[in-house]
Amino acid sequence: MFDWRWDFTWEILPRLFEATLNTMIAAGAGYAIAVVLGLVLALAQRTPWRVLTFVVREVVEFIRSTPLVLQIFFVFFVGPQFGIRLDPWTSGMIAIGLHYSAYLSEVYRGGIESVAKGQWEACASLSMSTRDTYFRIIIPQALPPSLAGMGNYLVGIFKDTPMLSVIGVAELMHTANAIGSENYRFLEPYTLVGVIFLAISLPAAGLIRVFEGWVRKKLGMQ
Amino acid sequence: MSYWEFLSEYGPRLIDGTLVTAAQFFLAAALAIVIALIAGLMKLSPYLPVRAPAVVYIEVFRGTSLLVQLYWIFFVLPLFGVSFDKFTAGFVAVGMNLGAYGAELVRGGIQSVPKGQWEAAYSLSMSPLRRMWRIILPQALLNMLPPWGNLLIELLKGTALVALISVADLMFEARQINGSTYLSAQTFGSALIIYYIFARLIITPFMRWLERVMRRKLGRA
Repeated sequence: MFDWRWDFTWEILPRLFEATLNTMIAAGAGYAIAVVLGLVLALAQRTPWRVLTFVVREVVEFIRSTPLVLQIFFVFFVGPQFGIRLDPWTSGMIAIGLHYSAYLSEVYRGGIESVAKGQWEACASLSMSTRDTYFRIIIPQALPPSLAGMGNYLVGIFKDTPMLSVIGVAELMHTANAIGSENYRFLEPYTLVGVIFLAISLPAAGLIRVFEGWVRKKLGMQ
Repeated sequence: MSYWEFLSEYGPRLIDGTLVTAAQFFLAAALAIVIALIAGLMKLSPYLPVRAPAVVYIEVFRGTSLLVQLYWIFFVLPLFGVSFDKFTAGFVAVGMNLGAYGAELVRGGIQSVPKGQWEAAYSLSMSPLRRMWRIILPQALLNMLPPWGNLLIELLKGTALVALISVADLMFEARQINGSTYLSAQTFGSALIIYYIFARLIITPFMRWLERVMRRKLGRA
């Protein structure tokens, strides 16, 4: 390709790899929040309290249909207005974790609904507590059908981390911007960021499929 | 400053931004639909030279971030002699990104049409083009409408990123107003509500209506 400078490429690669690590930490932390909070949101929609169910349902819809980048700004700027100062990392993790928890709650919901009705009836006839019903019978069976969706959103959260650069989280995109404006060269940093994303997200998608098969086999659902 | 005073002072700017967002949305959606149809059909081709470019396009655009693609198209592509103004770069990036996701929906939709439909069209000696256009695509379109509804909402959300290359859309206006007033809850809150209304009260009902119309046209009402 014309004008591609290899010496510059080698010079900036270490910085980009370091930022890749930050990107992965951000994605991992955001995902951890989303996995737990998503379950809470999914279970809250199954309670007998109509008002709670309705409110949670609307909140999930709201989060899912508004842009993540706007939510990141919202979390970052609204806190200080009321005297709560959050650093970019914290507010970024809250925003991205909240956003994906809404998506994951839908995945869990689908998984829970896919569990056969007889399983619920069996739990009731054994007079199991609600807690035991969910944690010992329903959720273990709801997990395998949820895994594909969960995996997709893990890759999704990873690909959405560049949006954190807008509030100054030093992940890949932020570093590429910095390198670009320091050197007045954007070709190499932006292209490399694209290549790094591709090099991670494509194998990750394959690995997730392998993992899903492994879990199914372990649970004897093959 | 009460919220009403805020709205009367900055409401018009938010509306201007919304109109730009709407323009970005429609242009990007049109582009995404065209690209998705072409790439989705190409991916089903039995010929490798036809299939390969579609596979590469889909994997590259689905494997990287929209923001990376947007920056690449706006800042790097001019170095190769292809330059777009920011407005065009915005909807081209969003359209190409979501088009890659749409291509997979098109492929899935076409594959979901029962085999007997292909055989029936073949036995009536329809040409391949006519078979695709008259028999397969209409049924495939109906099958893929629900996921397209979700995809269009993703597309709307994607257009918010064009603010980062200074297209004066809703997101951009909200940032500007926030920068001069520091009324973050009001500005970003209003923008979030406008996006929500756009998605839930325009896109979703429109897609439901389209599904009903298509069902009727295909005699499946």
